[in-house]
Amino acid sequence: MLIGKAPEFKSSDITPREKFLNRRNLIFGGLAAAGTAYEWHKKMPPLYTPSVEASSKLNTVPGKFPPVSDAITPAGKATSYNNFYEFGTDKGDPKANAGKLRVRPWTIKIEGLCNNPKTVDIDALLKFKPLEDRTYRFRCVEAWSMIIPWVGYPLAELIKFADPKPQAKFVEFTSLADRSQMELPGGFDWPYKEGLRMDEAMHPLALLTFGSYGQTLENQQGAPVRVIVPWKYGFKSAKSIVKIRFTDKQPETTWNDMASNEYGFYSNVNPTHNHPRWSQAHERRIDTSVFPKTIATLPFNGYGNEVASLYNGMDLNRYF
Amino acid sequence: MSNRTIRILKVLVFLAALVPVAGIIWQFQTNNLGADPVNTLTHETGNWTVYMLLASLAVTPFRRLSPKLAWLIRFRRMLGLWAFFWATLHFLTYVLLFSGFDLPGAFTALRAGDLHTIVADWKAVWPTMVEDIQKRRFIQVGMLAYVILLALAVTSPQWMLRKMGGKSWQTLHRTVYGAAVLGIIHYWWLVKKGNHAPMKDTVVLAVLLLARPATKWLQEWLAERRKLAAA
Repeated sequence: MLIGKAPEFKSSDITPREKFLNRRNLIFGGLAAAGTAYEWHKKMPPLYTPSVEASSKLNTVPGKFPPVSDAITPAGKATSYNNFYEFGTDKGDPKANAGKLRVRPWTIKIEGLCNNPKTVDIDALLKFKPLEDRTYRFRCVEAWSMIIPWVGYPLAELIKFADPKPQAKFVEFTSLADRSQMELPGGFDWPYKEGLRMDEAMHPLALLTFGSYGQTLENQQGAPVRVIVPWKYGFKSAKSIVKIRFTDKQPETTWNDMASNEYGFYSNVNPTHNHPRWSQAHERRIDTSVFPKTIATLPFNGYGNEVASLYNGMDLNRYF
Repeated sequence: MSNRTIRILKVLVFLAALVPVAGIIWQFQTNNLGADPVNTLTHETGNWTVYMLLASLAVTPFRRLSPKLAWLIRFRRMLGLWAFFWATLHFLTYVLLFSGFDLPGAFTALRAGDLHTIVADWKAVWPTMVEDIQKRRFIQVGMLAYVILLALAVTSPQWMLRKMGGKSWQTLHRTVYGAAVLGIIHYWWLVKKGNHAPMKDTVVLAVLLLARPATKWLQEWLAERRKLAAA
């Protein structure tokens, strides 16, 4: 009789989860170490070290940019109200569904018009430069905003490491698209793609982001690594990045492809250029208050002093 | 079904319809309306408007399934008025919260007797709403749907029906189909492309609208058969 047959191993034989994970880390760590030791001849630390678990504390140094004076959005709100369509289109979906995302092992492929194309490991990337605390305004194209303390270092550092060729004019970011970990709703041409002009990507405000609130990013925020481009609408800041490509042509980007009249390639925060379906002059600031206050939206999300010169002579209503 | 049973059922349906109201009040009290309560309230009140509208539109097709279900008609007005109730909350959420009007601030000012602040705040948000109505088609269709529901609610009492006369009353109240279709269009036009959240409501509305000619055809077909059988 099949039912009730004793198992062929005792429950005490089962490898404890921690040990199993350690063993896997050893294997992957060994493989990665071999790979990276072979490839690595630049500044990055040579060893894959499985030190960073999900949602662990990050060691940071104070950022070079002064924090904004507004009240910081509580972490609970910033990590429960997200647009991450790979996990579903409702703003509660990412938190509900992103638990399936596996953030280790994780690599980023650097390719295209650069002298140093590489596949870099997330943990090497984490240690590449000191992690800074940067508190930025975050403005969603849907007219709400938050104040979020991010952790990361300038994207420019990674770009310098990749050493783009002179003809590289744009940077394209590709996010993970894996049906075994994500919902990937229909109607979109996955994977999610975003892009920046080279000078935008090199701007010191553009942050290669690994954490928020002093911890590693929650999965629903785009763990383990994303960019934050604070003077642009949130969708420009690609999440869970697996590939960075240098190109001489303006890359095709997901939302621009979906509705080019609504979401421009630049998508700089601009209170005078309304979304066809709603005003961009105001935003609901999600902070500690129960009802978000509506406040005026600032040009370039308040970073005009730093970034306006990137767009000198450009008609920002045409190149919205 | 006896009048007494219907009266009891009406009370029960009314109490059931109060549950989502209580739910939202409870969420508000316990600070559980999410990170963006204005957005949550706007969506919830909009959703329940559509649900109640769909429920009221479901009465006729169900009633036609069998003569024994004729009593269902006695619930239609109540469901329609619930739709109007939610639509009003939806409209007020837009005017008093979504517009950027500082409602908590207005309450504080009101308690302090400071009407000036309230007027100033109102003047600040008014142009945004005017612009919305002038420029944004999803607002326009939403407003139009609300005006229809308002007209239907005002003319819903029995004495209004008598005053207007059955024919013109019925003509007016057929615009409810328009309100429902506009409501669904309003929903599709406000979500981002690729977001198929309005699909379920759209399918239900389509089924309810198609059920009308379908049930009519079925009744005619059955009558024809009966006639043939009798002959």
